[in-house]
Amino acid sequence: MRLIFITLLALVIATAVGLGATWMTATRGTDFGTLRIGAWTARPKTGTADVDPYSRASIARAGDLPIGQGDGVAFLATTDDKKKPLDGRCDVVVSGVTPAARFWTLTLYDLKGRLVANSLQRYGFTSEEIIRGADGSFEVRMASRSRAGNWLPTGGIERYALMLRLYDTPVGVATRTPRDAPMPAIATAGCP
Amino acid sequence: MIRLLFTILAGVLLGGVVHLVSVLALPRIASQDAYSRLSAITKLNAVTPLPLADPGNTLMPYMDPAFATAICRYDLSSGPIKLAVPVSQAYTSVSFYTRSDVAYYAINDRSAGRKVIELNLMTEAQHADLPEDEDITAADRLIIDSPTSTGLIVLKALAAEPGLMPLAQASLAAASCRTDTAPPEAPPPKAAAPAAKR
Repeated sequence: MRLIFITLLALVIATAVGLGATWMTATRGTDFGTLRIGAWTARPKTGTADVDPYSRASIARAGDLPIGQGDGVAFLATTDDKKKPLDGRCDVVVSGVTPAARFWTLTLYDLKGRLVANSLQRYGFTSEEIIRGADGSFEVRMASRSRAGNWLPTGGIERYALMLRLYDTPVGVATRTPRDAPMPAIATAGCP
Repeated sequence: MIRLLFTILAGVLLGGVVHLVSVLALPRIASQDAYSRLSAITKLNAVTPLPLADPGNTLMPYMDPAFATAICRYDLSSGPIKLAVPVSQAYTSVSFYTRSDVAYYAINDRSAGRKVIELNLMTEAQHADLPEDEDITAADRLIIDSPTSTGLIVLKALAAEPGLMPLAQASLAAASCRTDTAPPEAPPPKAAAPAAKR
């Protein structure tokens, strides 16, 4: 009787620990091969054949298709440079320059990866349509109400994520430091 | 007491095994992965345009709204696939995914270096069966080995501005993806054309 109880307890713990750890890693992701520049994170290896098993599990669970390495690389940010979560009710400014790439797109998603509805039907910018300063740098302002310049509507949602995708770029598996890939800064400029 | 601690320790160790097995098994058992989501709405061995990314479209997470996308879901068991994608104005790319959503190859218009990205996709066995001389004469055609016999080809064309989206969609609509069965026999009889003119 006692042996059965102990075996059952061990099996229950094993199931809870094992599946719990799998759930955590598949939803939150792991740090294997993660490239971190400022608030931006990318996993260039997910676009290659030697993607790690944890990334494969989270890709299968989320149902997305990772961007292939010969195509480009995707950087995701859910916080600003001071680790404050991106809040759609605040004004958030993304400014600076981007790494070398033929094209890039900056897109705003909710935390499940869906686009955020707005009356302008503007969900992001491409490198071609953005208004730049004389030195080539740019400034995009995320806010719920309209702003001058490059305005990206947040729809007033509480939390959102920004994705900067670089297409046809040397940034990838070999990139290690911010010097190889100067990413734009993200700053919360003010909350109502 | 010691027995209980031992039980917990054994449980945690066994949990590690469960974790590793489940992580490795997840891509196989996932029913909502991209391939499963797309296989319901795409044709086999043909190009299917995807609806544009917008807030109502929850086909896949993190779709880029600046791109027109089309999918060729392939099955190589009946022969290699011939893919031809005309290059759009701004940027065109072709990415290859296995049945389990691993991106094993991607190419863009610049690395293809032509007006049309032309590729032959085949399994390693089919590649090995190619006659030697044909391999040389076809050297200007890019041959890609697929690790699995089924998978996805994702064709993307950038619309640098929202107004250019119809152009990007049109260039993908001209793409073709089909099974390359036996080489075309005789060229279509030309003699018929002048006869018809008379």
